[in-house]
Amino acid sequence: MARVLTIDPAECTSCRLCEMACSSAHTGQFRPSRANVRVAIYPDDAIYFPVVCMQCDDAPCMAVCPSAALVRDAETNAVLVIDNRCVGCRICSLACPFGAISYWDGKARKCDLCGGSPECVTFCPTDALTFPAVEKSTTAARQAFADRLRDTLKEVTAS
Amino acid sequence: MNAYAGKVARVNLSRGKITTEKLDSKLARAFIGGRGLASKILSDEVGAAIDPLAAANKLIFSAGPLTGTAAPTGGRWMVVTKGALTDTIASSNAGGDFGPELKYAGYDMVIVEGAAKTPVMLVIDDGALELCPADKLWGQDCHVTEDKLHEQLGSDFKFASIGQAGENLVRFASIMNDKNRAAGRSGVGAVMGSKKLKAIAVRGSGGVTVADPKAFRKTCLDLLATLASVEVTSQGLPRLGTASLMNVVNACGALPTRNFRESQFESAATISGEAIAEKILVRNRACVACPIGCGRVTSVKNGKYGGKGEGPEYEAVWSLGADVGVGDLQAVAKANFICNEMGMDPISAGSTVACAMELFEEGVIGESQTGCNLRFGNAEALVELMSDIGNRRGFGDVLAEGGARMAQKFGRPELFMGSKKQEFPAYDARGAVGMGLQYATSNRGGCHVRGYMTGPELLGGPPALDPRSPKGKAEVNIGLQNVTAALDSAGLCLFSSFALAGTELPDLLRAATGFDYEPAEVVAAGDRIWNLERLFNLGSGYTHKDDTLPKRLLSEPAPGGPAKGMTVPLDQMLPEYYRLRGWDDKGRPTKKKLSELGL
Repeated sequence: MARVLTIDPAECTSCRLCEMACSSAHTGQFRPSRANVRVAIYPDDAIYFPVVCMQCDDAPCMAVCPSAALVRDAETNAVLVIDNRCVGCRICSLACPFGAISYWDGKARKCDLCGGSPECVTFCPTDALTFPAVEKSTTAARQAFADRLRDTLKEVTAS
Repeated sequence: MNAYAGKVARVNLSRGKITTEKLDSKLARAFIGGRGLASKILSDEVGAAIDPLAAANKLIFSAGPLTGTAAPTGGRWMVVTKGALTDTIASSNAGGDFGPELKYAGYDMVIVEGAAKTPVMLVIDDGALELCPADKLWGQDCHVTEDKLHEQLGSDFKFASIGQAGENLVRFASIMNDKNRAAGRSGVGAVMGSKKLKAIAVRGSGGVTVADPKAFRKTCLDLLATLASVEVTSQGLPRLGTASLMNVVNACGALPTRNFRESQFESAATISGEAIAEKILVRNRACVACPIGCGRVTSVKNGKYGGKGEGPEYEAVWSLGADVGVGDLQAVAKANFICNEMGMDPISAGSTVACAMELFEEGVIGESQTGCNLRFGNAEALVELMSDIGNRRGFGDVLAEGGARMAQKFGRPELFMGSKKQEFPAYDARGAVGMGLQYATSNRGGCHVRGYMTGPELLGGPPALDPRSPKGKAEVNIGLQNVTAALDSAGLCLFSSFALAGTELPDLLRAATGFDYEPAEVVAAGDRIWNLERLFNLGSGYTHKDDTLPKRLLSEPAPGGPAKGMTVPLDQMLPEYYRLRGWDDKGRPTKKKLSELGL
């Protein structure tokens, strides 16, 4: 069963180890500007969370690519960039609703799930990034929401 | 170069000239980077006897070889200069995003020389460096400065800046980065103010390469696993922040209270980490590459103490709380917010107010001078005085000189609780005597983070030591001082040391830099850095007579609590400390020691 990269904004502390891990795995350097996962940080609001490709089932990037450079990996379900087909037009970046496709050295760059073992998940010290089986990814969020609601209700009924 | 950016920017503000130099790899190996390498450069280029606020002083912003990598807690950087508060060599450490960004922009270090005639800021945009006018920012606090610069330059820039305190040469002004991170101590912000440098803005798109990525990755993951299993770094600090210490240290009878008159505070619980978590904590915030994430994003809603920001950290909740006899958490938080905004060190700010409160209660100074009833516990006066200090307004102008100069001025120097003109942090050494040795020997004056004896004395080690006994303290203190000098130079946070059991630091440095560091070489580098700093201070005019403590700690027994009746038997530790350091009986490094260290 395919696994999916799952984000829990409540767990993120803004440490950016995901950016370090990703850029190191893909470029051989600790270089956040070339990481496929970036942490959005709003310091004044104390809000931070990783932004990364969601590997959409009906992926707009694949649909708009004029050179069929984006393909679905049968095993990991990741959308991959085939470098020698990519013409560097960046239309995929525009189409992506998450802004999760970047561009450097003439090619589109995006999360490839590290071939099925995402390095960002390995380094994430909290559970802000996890890699559960696809059906668990939604039930976990539902459960987390239910837990939070229960806590709130308990507080309300107690006061 | 591996791990290093390999370049140093030199900015001469008097001439408005910027040059770039190559990093010397031999020196990098011997002094690691960060604190060590910058101290070497300062020692070589600046006469130790200069006035710290003169244009001849230099101000060095310095990242370590691990800064900007995935090394856990490796987002740290240092400011090194001659301290405006202490007249010692000063090195202040900060976290946040600024240090890594400097590396990504292509620089290990920025050396600021001379002084500008009118306010300027330095903009580093990858390889491009430019000095720009900063007249419009002068007078603004650090938060407003960052907001305006974000609008002007772009949201992906990171900043280090001074607020009003640095501009007004408050002796304990800090340099703030990423709004609430501070290179806090010894008056580095006043030096920046004396140079009329308002801010450094930096943006970098480059990266940091390591020599052996596979070995580096493994050590990083091992250290992450250890940090996730050690109680302090996986539970205590994330849950309660550094203020988790408040109740612990108070229970040990080592919490200085009302300018060290007592060593336990009756309202400790109301300003503890637990109270912060319950009343004002919004969320945690981590520095770059840190799995601990002890930062406290906090908010006080409404009321006269309303505000938001980060902290207070343990030291601040003590200096602005127990030490001034204030148990109102909202007031303490507000005073701390003001320190962050105006850019000043809350430890020295609070302690100086505490000293003034004792002078007031002793009748040495009166309301005609202070402008308020400055008794211990006056929370409103405390908060009011914070902005008066930052603006050097009224009695704030006197406080802005720091406790040592103020107590001297009023003829009661013994009431200053610090050493080498720097106020002590939050541990009463009468309840933990090894910290007394640390205070007396610290190269930047009163300081805990140059050799954190609280670990062995109060937190169970390793090694666990009896806090009341002077036995074995010299050796452990020297070991901690050396290792800390190496950590500060590498770019790791001191809190990583709660999880460092063996060779992690040399392993990380070896894999990152490619230098074939043995563990002993890294410790020797720490020893070298410590001795270098000592030589600077001797050159500045300090002698063994200054390796001492206030009379209160040496001869006034703690009045109550677990440390009741205790004083610090410094004379039973200091000679052994000198001997083990390889110094003569006047505290001077011997020729033999210096030649061993290659100094």
